[in-house]
Amino acid sequence: MRKLVQSHATEFALLAVIAAICVVLSLTTDSFFSLGNAFDLLNTSSVNIIFAVGLLVVLIAGGIDISFAVAASVVQYVTALILGYIGGGGWISGLLIAGSLGILLGAFNAFLIHRFRIISIVATIATFNIYFGLLMFFTQGVSIYDLPDWLTERVVLFEHEMADGTWAEITLPVLVMVICVVATWLFTTRTTTGRQLYAFGDNPEGARRFGINIGAMQFIAFGWLGMMAGIAGLIQAHYAQEVVPNALYGRELDVLAAVVLGGARLGGGKGSVLGCVLGVLLIAITQNGLNLLGVSPFAFKMIVGAIILIAITLSNTSIEKLLPFMRGARR
Amino acid sequence: MADIPGTGAKPLLSLHNINMTFGGIKALKNVSFEVLPGEVHCLAGENGSGKSTLIKIITGVYRPEDGAVIEYDGQTYSHMSPVTAQASGIQVIWQDLALFPEMTVAENIAFQTVIGRWPRFVNYRTMRDIAVKALQRLGVALDVDAPLKDYSIAQRQIVAIARALVGEAKLVFMDEPTASLTQSETDHLIEIVRSLSASGVAVVFVSHRLAEVLEISNRLTVLRDGALVGVYPVEGMTQSRVTELMTGKNFDQQVRAKSVRDNPIVLEVKRLSRPGQFHDISFNVRSGETLGITGLLGAGRTELALALFGMLKPRSGSVSLHGKPVRFSSNRDAIKAGIAYLSEDRLSLGLIQPQSIADNLVIASLDRIKSGGLLSDDRKRQLVARWIADLGVKIGRQSDAVSTLSGGNQQRIAIAKWLATDPKLLILDAPTVGVDVGARAGIFEIVAKLAESGLAIILISDEVPEVYFNADRVLHMAQGQIAGWFDPQSCSLQDIEAAVYA
Repeated sequence: MRKLVQSHATEFALLAVIAAICVVLSLTTDSFFSLGNAFDLLNTSSVNIIFAVGLLVVLIAGGIDISFAVAASVVQYVTALILGYIGGGGWISGLLIAGSLGILLGAFNAFLIHRFRIISIVATIATFNIYFGLLMFFTQGVSIYDLPDWLTERVVLFEHEMADGTWAEITLPVLVMVICVVATWLFTTRTTTGRQLYAFGDNPEGARRFGINIGAMQFIAFGWLGMMAGIAGLIQAHYAQEVVPNALYGRELDVLAAVVLGGARLGGGKGSVLGCVLGVLLIAITQNGLNLLGVSPFAFKMIVGAIILIAITLSNTSIEKLLPFMRGARR
Repeated sequence: MADIPGTGAKPLLSLHNINMTFGGIKALKNVSFEVLPGEVHCLAGENGSGKSTLIKIITGVYRPEDGAVIEYDGQTYSHMSPVTAQASGIQVIWQDLALFPEMTVAENIAFQTVIGRWPRFVNYRTMRDIAVKALQRLGVALDVDAPLKDYSIAQRQIVAIARALVGEAKLVFMDEPTASLTQSETDHLIEIVRSLSASGVAVVFVSHRLAEVLEISNRLTVLRDGALVGVYPVEGMTQSRVTELMTGKNFDQQVRAKSVRDNPIVLEVKRLSRPGQFHDISFNVRSGETLGITGLLGAGRTELALALFGMLKPRSGSVSLHGKPVRFSSNRDAIKAGIAYLSEDRLSLGLIQPQSIADNLVIASLDRIKSGGLLSDDRKRQLVARWIADLGVKIGRQSDAVSTLSGGNQQRIAIAKWLATDPKLLILDAPTVGVDVGARAGIFEIVAKLAESGLAIILISDEVPEVYFNADRVLHMAQGQIAGWFDPQSCSLQDIEAAVYA
């Protein structure tokens, strides 16, 4: 047990913080502690979690990506156009198109980084502007409301009638999110390629000496994020029932904050899918709680910022000092 | 090469006619190299002599120029590739170890199992078994499930060796494996190398520390300026002979100790203690004196130095400079009072590698190059030029990055940085770590010159010969206490070594 806590210090710290916030919110609000609210949280967080596990893979490989959220906007828009062109399509063709477009945009980032040796933050700030600029230029900022029926129809996977007559529902985005999370977890922890990504992020020179193909690593990491961003884009369009070109603008920093909160390191080699999911949930729960408490939405960002600082300080430095039994366990 | 002494064995590896050019400079000139099965072979040479280049050719990182013949294990190649080299049992333990600190010990050791282009599922149980077995073979117990970053450098070294053994190694290269190890850790490593050799694995050892080279190797290949000097049996070889072969110069070391009893006292330390680190330390250093402090790692030498430099607070006792008691609340106070400290870890703490030579040199003395409140480029240039000339540093331009200099020249820049603050007391902590023999001699020339000019110097080193030959008095520390005093003029090197390694 001690070992488990020690090797997953970040995850346990996050769980503790989440539990504390949940206890406080359950005591101070009537509506927080309910199945309906919990399901709502999952439904609304799904898109961010899909983004987050994608970004996690890039962070593990030692990179960073600023462009994925606007890339998802581009994918949304182009997918909607293609679906209109082929006359409807369905979930399978929709996901395939969105995923492939996402991979393409991610691969372009990897190409710039690998071929021209541009550091990833610079390369993706550039593509962030290029993708968003192209999107706004060609669309003139016009939204698409005329989407195929299958895409705008809510798909309820599980429902439960509450005592007060409302329905608690789990919808399709949650299923897609779970699949993405499990796939990313399998990929990063259970496949040889995933471990190569960790090694590459941890010590690129060491990985190179082992004969790991560095270029392939970049393409795989950014391709994976691209695929997740594409899927997240389509799911967001489904959830919002419209495609608005700037709907996801600015989402990248929220997701990045959540992933870093989840224990991923900006230098590479570190980070877990569980931590990443908990990071997104912590921020979502905080926002949800503030909402229920009637706090002004203008204060959200400030409070979320403070939570990130506190949680990161907790998980990085003092977890071992706070729990004395863990000290000196190993040398 | 049939007359290799004491052997009739066929070489495991033999290279002939190896040439390599980088940017117009010949890094290797017609070099030959042979390793016998199961032997411990030392590859010696100064920095830039071509050792690393040769290793990289053997491991397939570089491709030698046409005409090269590489025979390994009955096969002939014109060049190696990293994949062939690894597959056929050639393993390298790089100086920087090339490990993955965030991953577990097991993954680090059995990393080969996750190599390969196409994704497969990872079998953690197999990895764990491989790791446990490899560590058992080395007779070391480590928690294979712990992340590598929890372990010390010496333990990571062992992980790197264990990893090399996983690939059915026949030939293991160790590049400067002991550079950051203490004596007892080095002894343990030497044991491991012996047992590898006994089990039929050939080990090629690259090291600057000649004492251990001579202790461990059967044969010695010496390179100088990219050319082969010769292959020698280690039996009957002495350190000074090896140095001569490596540098082409004669560095017979002489005891430099002199009497400085009449000079004024610069630093007086009385009953200085800091619980758990050092206890009841009293000594003085006079102007023009070089005080050597030696002892095993963990004896409290560095902690004592840091306390004198204001970075650790002593619990009790007193320090006075020129007769006046001083109490530093930070190292800024210490620098102001005239104490300079050259850190043990020059590469990571002492110099800012990507910045220029000039910027590194003036970083501790920015006050001196101010003009009207702003930094003056002219004054900076003058100050830098003066110290570069004084210390005989070989540089291209002042604006070149420090990382472009050799180890010895970097060390000189680090010394110059502190001399530019015009100190009264200079503390040198392990100044020759990672510096080769020729450059070491140069550094001690500088130290002697500085002492002559009246500077008080504390020279800390765990290599006893360094303090024996270069200090006026030697203080031996053990377990945080003063264990003894030696006067190099009236004792032998062996006397001190016997006390230190007792």
